Amino acid sequence: MIHFILLFSRQGKLRLQKWYTTLPDKEKKKIIREIIQIILSRNQKTSSFVDWKDLKLVYKRYASLYFCCAIEDQDNELLTLEVVHRYVELLDRYFGNVCELDIIFNFEKAYFILDEFIIGGEVQETSKKTAVKAIEDSDMLQETVEEYMNKPAF
Amino acid sequence: MPAVSKGDGMRGLAVFISDIRNCKSKEAEIKRINKELANIRSKFKGDKALDGYSKKKYVCKLLFIFLLGHDIDFGHMEAVNLLSSNRYTEKQIGYLFISVLVNSNSELIRLINNAIKNDLASRNPTFMGLALHCIANVGSREMAEAFAGEIPKILVAGDTMDSVKQSAALCLLRLYRTSPDLVPMGDWTSRVVHLLNDQHLGVVTAATSLITTLAQKNPEEFKTSVSLAVSRLSRIVTSASTDLQDYTYYFVPAPWLSVKLLRLLQCYPPPEDPAVRGRLTECLETILNKAQEPPKSKKVQHSNAKNAVLFEAISLIIHHDSEPNLLVRACNQLGQFLQHRETNLRYLALESMCTLASSEFSHEAVKTHIETVINALKTERDVSVRQRAVDLLYAMCDRSNAQQIVAEMLNYLETADYSIREEIVLKVAILAEKYAVDYTWYVDTILNLIRIAGDYVSEEVWYRVIQIVINRDDVQGYAAKTVFEALQAPACHENLVKVGGYILGEFGNLIAGDPRSSPLIQFNLLHSKFHLCSVPTRALLLSTYIKFVNLFPEIKTTIQDVLRSDSQLKNADVELQQRAVEYLRLSTIASTDILATVLEEMPPFPERESSILAKLKKKKGPGTVTDLEEIKKERSSDMNGSAEPASVNASVVSTPSPSADLLGLGAAPVTNSAPPPSSSGSLLVDVFSDSASAVAPLAPGSDDNFARFVCKNNGVLFENQLLQIGLKSEFRQNLGRMFIFYGNKTSTQFLNFTPTVICSDDLQSSLNLQTKPVDPTVDGGAQVQQVVNIECVSDFMEAPILNIQFRYGGTFQNLSVKLPITLNKFFQPTEMSSQDFFQRWKQLSNPKQEVQNIFKAKHPMDAEITKAKIIGFGSALLEEVDPNPANFVGAGIIHTKTTQIGCLLRLEPNLQAQMYRLTLRTSKEAVSQRLCELLSEQF
Repeated sequence: MIHFILLFSRQGKLRLQKWYTTLPDKEKKKIIREIIQIILSRNQKTSSFVDWKDLKLVYKRYASLYFCCAIEDQDNELLTLEVVHRYVELLDRYFGNVCELDIIFNFEKAYFILDEFIIGGEVQETSKKTAVKAIEDSDMLQETVEEYMNKPAF
Repeated sequence: MPAVSKGDGMRGLAVFISDIRNCKSKEAEIKRINKELANIRSKFKGDKALDGYSKKKYVCKLLFIFLLGHDIDFGHMEAVNLLSSNRYTEKQIGYLFISVLVNSNSELIRLINNAIKNDLASRNPTFMGLALHCIANVGSREMAEAFAGEIPKILVAGDTMDSVKQSAALCLLRLYRTSPDLVPMGDWTSRVVHLLNDQHLGVVTAATSLITTLAQKNPEEFKTSVSLAVSRLSRIVTSASTDLQDYTYYFVPAPWLSVKLLRLLQCYPPPEDPAVRGRLTECLETILNKAQEPPKSKKVQHSNAKNAVLFEAISLIIHHDSEPNLLVRACNQLGQFLQHRETNLRYLALESMCTLASSEFSHEAVKTHIETVINALKTERDVSVRQRAVDLLYAMCDRSNAQQIVAEMLNYLETADYSIREEIVLKVAILAEKYAVDYTWYVDTILNLIRIAGDYVSEEVWYRVIQIVINRDDVQGYAAKTVFEALQAPACHENLVKVGGYILGEFGNLIAGDPRSSPLIQFNLLHSKFHLCSVPTRALLLSTYIKFVNLFPEIKTTIQDVLRSDSQLKNADVELQQRAVEYLRLSTIASTDILATVLEEMPPFPERESSILAKLKKKKGPGTVTDLEEIKKERSSDMNGSAEPASVNASVVSTPSPSADLLGLGAAPVTNSAPPPSSSGSLLVDVFSDSASAVAPLAPGSDDNFARFVCKNNGVLFENQLLQIGLKSEFRQNLGRMFIFYGNKTSTQFLNFTPTVICSDDLQSSLNLQTKPVDPTVDGGAQVQQVVNIECVSDFMEAPILNIQFRYGGTFQNLSVKLPITLNKFFQPTEMSSQDFFQRWKQLSNPKQEVQNIFKAKHPMDAEITKAKIIGFGSALLEEVDPNPANFVGAGIIHTKTTQIGCLLRLEPNLQAQMYRLTLRTSKEAVSQRLCELLSEQF
């Protein structure tokens, strides 16, 4: 089971956090700081796996963003890398050539997409078509650019 | 401005995020956030009712602020309001806010649960999905209480949409993980198992996760899932890469589902039904075969997914540990990966091989890769990978390669990363001890450890080396000489001073004959380090000095001068001061005899589980130290008491903690050695009045008792203040019967009294033991009896463990002793003439058949007692066979169910040197070895 997923930039800015175990906020903040520091300090060409406490961190960098999952000892590391990749593909499919800015400005969508893919730390739906369809259903009320610009700015 | 806005975008939110990103400083950011919080607060408080869109936007802004790391203390109510909106996007934001900012505010929880209930009942699959996601994300006990009964119904209902089933399965899994007691098993479980047959692969994927977790806790209930999982797996691995359409991932058919099915199968032993078993073996072979096929794509996703399935299959093969052919194939496959250019694969291959090393079928195959692994240790650039290489070397270590592996680890230690040094130190210490054939090698290794990585040598490690040196008289002289030499280094680690001080204090006399290490030189050497050491070390050195007073009367005055100096007698540290005062007084008042008694050499430490091993386990967590022998040891790790600390110090544990053994020297000699003559008793009590009560009296260790039973069958095996265990046993051919008597020495009842005889896996296959449970209540003063029927199937090394647990008063008692069922019990004596004896002796001259041990006499060398012991050992004592009448020879046959093994033995005493030489020749190396070990302990 995945215990949590963190997305952060090369500068160490957290972009998304998803927790599948219940922890106090203080503890979460501590963990986030610690893990970002561990991963950013690793060289390139190292393996994608780091032992961390009794969990294992599996991470991969896509452009400027790091994706990091904490999994249990008996979980499959390689497949966790592909969980990350599949999530990136889902984001890509939804945003069209996803970049870090998309995730900053549409963070809520990034969470929704993740929820369609993973629940309670386990993969729910591995079919790209099905997962993306679920999200697009929710966007049925597409709006035009004019409608968007007419909304109040705050 | 954002590059993209999709769906129901919120312009105000986008502007706010832009503003935050444009802030030049942390202060500016906080200022902007406070402005926004004030704005949102006023909107929420304003009298004008907000429309859904605005509410959604503000709630979303709050969420963003929270995710930036700021506290949010309002807006929960507005988020809850959004839950009952009919607009999907509003509802969605409401749920997201609740999921991220869980609040245990009871009023709110009730409202949230209400909204969830409505959505679950709505029959609108998207709404149901949102509600289920929320339950799974929050996963609190309150949620479990409210919905754990409802979700199984949704999961197995015939008309539930597939996507909802998937969410329901994983939602239930989350609740089961947090509150298993609230998820009752029931009719639904059998229907859940049949979801493995569902047409929709997404449903199967989600259901498999749920079933795996449930099956781990309730294996019986989910047993039928095995055959279903095998047939599902078989259909996947044999399908063409396009058959599964969207569930094919980079040409690999349903990798997630395959891995989950393989995980599920790891909850069970190999299938009993031969057809299912055959089909599974086929699947595993197919997966192994596919690894050899050329890749269908050059993309890393293809190889990752394919190898993910392969590694999971190998895990299953290792878990079953029953098909030598598959195990060896798995090992070869991993061997290929060890040299792969992908770091990830090398990492995983090392990790996987580590578990493979503990299987008897593949241990040898793993060992063939030793050079590659050592090379990895030297050349890998990634510390994670090197760490795995260390783990693997540790796992593949056995008697044949221990010297090489320990040497390589020591080498690596010089440059190892700080993060893993302590662990390597522990591993080296364990291996050196476990596989020491020659204890001088052991001593060298540990001293090297201290030299190379002294800061990482924990107390357990140096305690252990001292225990071993004390217990093995063949290495004491060497140890004294070696530490003496090591201490010559101008800068040596404090841990070395500790070990050196302790060992010289005990055995300095063994090297004092050499003028280069005369008593005075030894003392001056130690004292030259004194002032650089910490207080505990100085305290230890003071104890060494007083021991020197006894060992070397000629330097007594020098030592007294040191003890008398102001820096000692008036030391600011109370412990040092006390020791100096007491030791000085002791050396002045006590007669030589009393000194000799009080400061006698430390008695051997009782054997027990290595505290280093315990430490390594604690460090790595249970289950990660994968080694056959350790798994066995783990089962008996209660040897030193229970997990409940109350009883540890109370009465069960008969040995003081290692720190008391070693550092409490001031008190230890009094309690550990034989009681001094009563006339001087009061004087001693005066001298030590403060510290004498600090250490509990040392009851005899269970190992000593165990050794006593090698040559006899009846007696008391164990006794403490609460309990006495007596034994009576008889053996004939390969069968035996043992009566165990448990006596309650107190006047209070023992409750839940459960004695269990535990055999390791190895032992189980060679020794058949049958016991009946005893009455769980033992009245005060009463005795209960338990019968053990014994059958020796084949020769064996270890002894079974007798574990006893019970409640006495309010405390839980837990203790373990070794049960003296030893190989020699199945001896039948054989009489033979001198000619016959030496003819057979010659026939057994293959070096593997002979085991010899030369050792120092532990007891007075009395010929009559020796004869009685050899007869008690079980062999015939052959008179007038050996040309030297001082020697003893014996002959007998060990009976096991499978074979009979002829054994010859010869014991040659050397009265002058107080030594024995014992030679065992049998047709089987392991038998010679074991008999020699057992008999050597007797003299």
